[in-house]
Amino acid sequence: MLKLIVCLKQVPIVTELPWDEQAGTLRRDLASGMMNLACLHALEAALQIKEQYSADILAITMGPPAAEEVLREAIALGADRGIHLCDRIFAGSDTYATSWMLARTIKQECPDYDLILCGSYTSDSETAQVGPQLAEELDLPAAAYIEKLEIHGRTLRVRRLVDNFRETLEMEFPALVTVSLENYKPRYAGLSGLEAAFDTGNIDRLNAADVGINKSAIETDGSRTKVRKVFLRKANKENILLTGTAANVVGDFLSKYESKISWAIGKDIEEDRNDE
Amino acid sequence: MMNSRQKSIWVFGDYRNYFQNRVTLQLISRAVDLSRIISAEVCAVILGHEIDEYIMEYTAHGADRIIAVDDPVLKNYNTELYVTLMEALVKERDPDIVLIGATDFGREFAPRMAKRLKTGLSADCVGLDVEADGLLIQTAPSFGGNMLAEIVTSRHRPQMATIRPGTFKEIPHNYERRSLVEKLPLMKNLPRPRIRLVEYERSVEKEHTIENAAVIVCGGRGMGNKKKFKKLNDLAKLLNGDVGATRPVVYAGWADHDALVGQAGKHIKPKILFSFGISGAIQHTAGLGEADFIIAVNKNPQATMMKMADVAIVGDTSDVLHTLIKELRKRIRD
Ligand SMILES: Cc1cc2nc3c(=O)[nH]c(=O)nc-3n(C[C@H](O)[C@H](O)[C@H](O)COP(=O)(O)OP(=O)(O)OC[C@H]3O[C@@H](n4cnc5c(N)ncnc54)[C@H](O)[C@@H]3O)c2cc1C
Ligand SMILES: Nc1ncnc2c1ncn2[C@@H]1O[C@H](COP(=O)(O)O)[C@@H](O)[C@H]1O
Repeated sequence: MLKLIVCLKQVPIVTELPWDEQAGTLRRDLASGMMNLACLHALEAALQIKEQYSADILAITMGPPAAEEVLREAIALGADRGIHLCDRIFAGSDTYATSWMLARTIKQECPDYDLILCGSYTSDSETAQVGPQLAEELDLPAAAYIEKLEIHGRTLRVRRLVDNFRETLEMEFPALVTVSLENYKPRYAGLSGLEAAFDTGNIDRLNAADVGINKSAIETDGSRTKVRKVFLRKANKENILLTGTAANVVGDFLSKYESKISWAIGKDIEEDRNDE
Repeated sequence: MMNSRQKSIWVFGDYRNYFQNRVTLQLISRAVDLSRIISAEVCAVILGHEIDEYIMEYTAHGADRIIAVDDPVLKNYNTELYVTLMEALVKERDPDIVLIGATDFGREFAPRMAKRLKTGLSADCVGLDVEADGLLIQTAPSFGGNMLAEIVTSRHRPQMATIRPGTFKEIPHNYERRSLVEKLPLMKNLPRPRIRLVEYERSVEKEHTIENAAVIVCGGRGMGNKKKFKKLNDLAKLLNGDVGATRPVVYAGWADHDALVGQAGKHIKPKILFSFGISGAIQHTAGLGEADFIIAVNKNPQATMMKMADVAIVGDTSDVLHTLIKELRKRIRD
């Protein structure tokens, strides 16, 4: 039986705007956070492996108490169990620290894994660094941005498109991949599945001490980078407002910006000579 | 304090798509600016086989020194070998800063290298500055580009960053320039790579995904219905672009999930974005941080999307779309 580990992250909803197609309200259960999209793709890849071979899927997340939701969602979709790494001293970890903490947990809780699957990037920090750094921490062969994977015995074969090269790579288990958004379209959990997952006890919550991490370990192995400040991207836009009939606004727009459009599309746009 | 050691800023030579992607040259250029502030030298590191051309190019574009390892073993990019070589070189030479282009390869390779060297790395930077004491200020986007974060690695060296292509301007070439070229032999006892490259070919597919489209026509609920929404395809086709959509529209089945733009979907960076009938909820605009030039069409001039736009057209989506398509058909010369 294959042992798979999927690393999942809950990403915050940037702002909670009331929104619902019918009722005009925000669904409460979505308000705090959601599973990062690329992580859903990684989970989907694991679920497809499980459908094809016999496999056990362990979902791991590190995050605040609310992050447990992504483990329940994963279990509702077909993961077997979850580990929630949750401790205040983890807050503000950069990718260096995050990958170290995940690696420690994996070494302790599931050292006999065959394959670790991560998302390619998260929508909040967008570093795409945790996967490769986790592989380095565990000294694993790894491939990022994979679109497709096949398993032949103990050999993993992956396909990916990187920097305009279509590559097929092979490596032996244990290995790590980060899954791109190209393939492995995520399935969605039905409400009943979600409810059932809320009743299962298959989620372990571990704190720093449980995985042997204390303040002084964080001093030496923790974050390398520090965010000095966060600020809004400056809008240096002209914000020109065009009003009038469709013919007028389109005419105005094209005469002002045709060179811009022609630059973007790489074709000439000519002044219309025979105006009707 | 003694300060006899020559400071140095390294730029990793990512040459695989030299003609399409000039990020290495752009980084050399920025490194030259930064080097003046901290009196450092700019060194380009090139690993590969038959790389004389790049030694020449990086010199012509501003590098003071080139460290090159030229060996058939390095013919194809290989993360494991490259990390091991860079680790050895960095440990021997102790550069202050290492800059790497945020190509797919760079973003896979740099994190492992930083981890191996037990130092920090910031991802996909859109700005770099340096303080007089040598501290590198790395500006990186977060939340889909709506926010920027200033990141520093204060206690560990080298300071490492990957930088988004197109952030800096290359210095025009000067083939009279000379640099100090050091050709080093391949290290002995390299580990046998655990990853086998079974096959590879150059491909252009990726240029057709929405994340890489130069023109994107996005539609929202203000398109009215599925039939009208589909008209956006005509405009996209005319402009060699792709169609994007907001979440309600995807849920309503007017567009595929692939087309979803925003926090829960794709992050796009088109040169031109048309936004039709979209209010501009933050979950949607979180995916637009990198759009260069935005044209919004909305009947409500107060919509957030209209405030964010370079050009805000007040009007009915279908009317404007129809007229725009008609006019462009007349004017575009193939
Ligand atoms: C957890 C979560 C994640 C989300 N993720 C995303 C995401 O990734 N992407 C996303 O897009 N949304 C996302 N949303 C939804 C988001 O909050 C907004 O509800 C959505 O973006 C609104 O879509 P819209 O602009 O098409 O519709 P609306 O907000 O209804 O706006 C329609 C606009 O069209 C204009 N209009 C109407 N009729 C016409 C007409 N005839 N002519 C001209 N203008 C007209 C109106 O003035 C209005 O401004 C998310 C929400 C949540 C809670
Ligand atoms: N806190 C976390 N807990 C579990 N997995 C994570 C965490 N952060 C990042 N990851 C994994 O690393 C991937 C890339 O994240 P990032 O480097 O933040 O872009 C995610 O898709 C996850 O698979």
